[in-house]
Amino acid sequence: MPPRIQTALGMGLAVMAAALFMAALWRDRPVHANAQGNETVAQGYASPLEVLLSPDGTRLFVLCQQSEEVRVLNTATFTVVKNIAVGRVPRGFSLSPEGDRLFVTNSWDDTLSVIDTRTLAVVATWPVGAEPSSVVEDRTCKRLFVANRISSNVAVLDAQTGTEEKRLRAGRGASYLTPSPDGGRLYATHIFPNPSPHRTAPESEITVIDTAHAVVVDRIPLHSIAGVFHLAFSADGRLGVVAEYHPKNLVPLAHLEHGGAFADTLTLFGADVGKQVEIPLDELERYASQPFSVAIAPDKSRIYVTCGGSERVIVVDVPRLLHFIHSRPFPESASFAQNLSASSNYVVARIPVGHNPRGLALNRNGQKLFVANRLDDTISVIDTRTNRVASTIALVSPKTLFELRKGEQAFYTARYSFQGQIGCATCHIDSTFDGLTWDLEPDGFGRDIVDNRPIEDLKDTEPFKWNGGNPNLPTECGPRTEKFFWRSENYDNRTLTDLVSYVRGLPSRPNRWRLPHREFTPAQERGKAFFERSVDKFGKPIPETNRCSYCHSGPKGTNQKSFDVGTRKPADNSGLLDTPQLTNIALTAPYLHDGSARSLEEIWTVFNPDDKHGRTNDLTKDELNDLIEYLRTR
Amino acid sequence: MKKIGTIALLLAAGTLAFATPPKMPRYRFEIFTTANGLPDNHVYSVLVDGDRIWAGTENGLAVYENQAWKTYTTKDGLAHRAVLSLALDKRTGDVWAGTMGGLSRISGGRIDSYTQLNSGLSNDVVYGVSVEGENVWVATAAGACRLDLHTDQWTLYNERNTPMIEIWVYGVSATPSKVYYAVWGSGILEYDQKTGRWDKYEDPDGETEMVLFKDQGLIHEITTSVSYVDNILWAATYFGDSRYDGRYWHNFLTKDSGLPSNFTNFIKGVDAQRAWFCTDKGLAYYDGTNWAVYRPSLKDGKPEMTVRDAQGTVTPIAVTTAPAHNYILGIDFQGSDIWVATAKGLSHGILQK
Repeated sequence: MPPRIQTALGMGLAVMAAALFMAALWRDRPVHANAQGNETVAQGYASPLEVLLSPDGTRLFVLCQQSEEVRVLNTATFTVVKNIAVGRVPRGFSLSPEGDRLFVTNSWDDTLSVIDTRTLAVVATWPVGAEPSSVVEDRTCKRLFVANRISSNVAVLDAQTGTEEKRLRAGRGASYLTPSPDGGRLYATHIFPNPSPHRTAPESEITVIDTAHAVVVDRIPLHSIAGVFHLAFSADGRLGVVAEYHPKNLVPLAHLEHGGAFADTLTLFGADVGKQVEIPLDELERYASQPFSVAIAPDKSRIYVTCGGSERVIVVDVPRLLHFIHSRPFPESASFAQNLSASSNYVVARIPVGHNPRGLALNRNGQKLFVANRLDDTISVIDTRTNRVASTIALVSPKTLFELRKGEQAFYTARYSFQGQIGCATCHIDSTFDGLTWDLEPDGFGRDIVDNRPIEDLKDTEPFKWNGGNPNLPTECGPRTEKFFWRSENYDNRTLTDLVSYVRGLPSRPNRWRLPHREFTPAQERGKAFFERSVDKFGKPIPETNRCSYCHSGPKGTNQKSFDVGTRKPADNSGLLDTPQLTNIALTAPYLHDGSARSLEEIWTVFNPDDKHGRTNDLTKDELNDLIEYLRTR
Repeated sequence: MKKIGTIALLLAAGTLAFATPPKMPRYRFEIFTTANGLPDNHVYSVLVDGDRIWAGTENGLAVYENQAWKTYTTKDGLAHRAVLSLALDKRTGDVWAGTMGGLSRISGGRIDSYTQLNSGLSNDVVYGVSVEGENVWVATAAGACRLDLHTDQWTLYNERNTPMIEIWVYGVSATPSKVYYAVWGSGILEYDQKTGRWDKYEDPDGETEMVLFKDQGLIHEITTSVSYVDNILWAATYFGDSRYDGRYWHNFLTKDSGLPSNFTNFIKGVDAQRAWFCTDKGLAYYDGTNWAVYRPSLKDGKPEMTVRDAQGTVTPIAVTTAPAHNYILGIDFQGSDIWVATAKGLSHGILQK
């Protein structure tokens, strides 16, 4: 073969190999839709969500959610040691007690990646529960505990084989795990409130697990809390701190200017505080929107909290905090959350960092604090002696800020709302929902209560709002938000366009009840027949508008029209309601426009006495169960 | 020769007169009632959970721990005040309570309740519950059902998909190999976990008033309780009880066993040979040969224990304590001790050496 041809062939092969390599790199990346509704791959951002230091402090592990990898940095130079590919949408990671293994939860794969920290290679991938979000290995290295967000439990695995032993009941949306300093207890938090009666204050918990016996031994109640995130202990174990949202959803949200729709708080527990107590981080005009991660200095002098919406790290002086708590009468509610002047007594700094700061890591002497800025692709390094950002590490990331990225920043930031109190993500936690019902508009207390709907896969589900009042997303996210939510000047047109692009492009999570290849279980198959039937069990035709498949038609399960399905309550201004889409309907309790149905079953067993919400009263209990099994596949 | 014969006869009579009854367990019973912390004297069910004792009463679920009772009520989330049945998930420590108004799960102090309105549960009257692996098997007044804890899926079993004729299901015993349901009026239903198939055991003579075919099948259709242990099925009815080893049946009636009454509320096997019978006329223990009955005397209410040997000889044993009442509703074991649910209090039987 002539050399020229050989060279050309070699170059061709090289190009092909490069193309294949690039294709392999891009395979399985999260897919978003752009503003025109066309699907595009994500733009290659890293989106660092959590950070960890190796036991010797020489390496910084960065969990990058969007690039789906763990990036390992040298802490002396902050150069990349290695990028380790993991599963889809990783959400949590932790080191084994020995430091020899790094465990990563892949929330969209329902798997756990096990990384050997010496070779920096994935040595095992184990199946776990639905949407694993956090993982901890016990001190004896015998068991792994994994918090599964959709399963709402903590799975117990054999740490050597990954074999699942059992699952422990946790709070709804179980997401974050923290061991006590002695390793004897594990504390699990959850992001959605536990079920409670309609229009009562939300209830959450910290699930306490005995790690030696792997059983739940206690549940610390968190009253009026919905959205509980990271938890930390002081080194002596005498102070526990958890970051959380305290929604005020029983009063109209339009009262943002009268004291806020949320209190952003910490609950403190342990011997140092005595009785468990809730303290606010907010101050007038200086809100601490979306508190997420928390760390306590080794000498217990400071508590650090990232606030994803406020884009700051809050620094709490612990002695001043304890003095504040102990020097005044203990509130009957065990909460100072409503006191907007409280935090000035103990918050000593609000350090600006990057977009959507999330995970935190303190170095061993507590002098350096690493902060993952998820929507900047940066790590802020804070000098805790000065409470200033000493440096910012830029992760490898596209230079261009694409519209989806800008839209996501607009979605998470609180800078647009009145005094920076809330962002879209405050109610749509991690771009989902919050499990709450809200009184949104200033039409009087208790009028037109609405359930917060999820926002996945919204294309072709217009109009929006339960009354169908907003014809499209620009209206929904623009003037409506400005008027009822932000109570302040809204986005400029460009930002609104970016935000709409981001929201419209949110994909739906994998459906955990759907079998591969669109097959159905026998129960799902039977349920599908009920969903699609046109004749009831007595042979009587069901009017078209009273068939499940008429209103909930099409791939998203909505014909985008409004109907009166007999669910109007005395406080509702109208009974005419937009037909909600059915995307991942199994996950989004409560149901109906006002959230009065706590389960899918109650939609028909309690709220459909006259068969206006579909013909269902001819069904037996097992047939209704079949219908629900089918709906869960949507 | 005549003399020798007389001596032998006297010796035999003497042996009979001074025969030692078979050694059966003796207990000192301590009684718990509303007087010492129980929320109600009517105790439907009892469950031993290590050092904790759970008592399902007519007025709440009580738990005895560290020498004190704590009661869970509907205010705490319990589905109904009357707790008919209890089961322990040994892996997680969760307790499942079948009530007159639904099924409750007690986990680390938190109670979640499932009803026929808010879940796939077939009926709110839950007579029996049993946990096996990731499945909770439930016996209700309108069929049986299973909750898969991994998928949250409910599967209902009734006359449409099993050989069940009546749907009034009283008891359930679930193991990794077989699940047995006691169906009031429909005998025993057997579910094979491996094949997913159902089988049915009925009274072979079909007679409700008499037993024509002794030891040839289930004693009666009106079954109340089942217990499957060591591959042996123990079945209780209101008209006698049965033991089934997979091939042979053995029936127990008052007329030919030590059973104090044919009316049996609850049965619990210890192993393949031994079982406890909770009847309306006292608590009975069968060790495979001999019987013991524990109760307040039906005549004068004084504590009573009797032992019946293989020959049918009944010997009274002097005791100073007895279960709180002769109407026995449930039993569970705590090592060598027993806990007994009765219509008038909970009894702790402490084994006497």
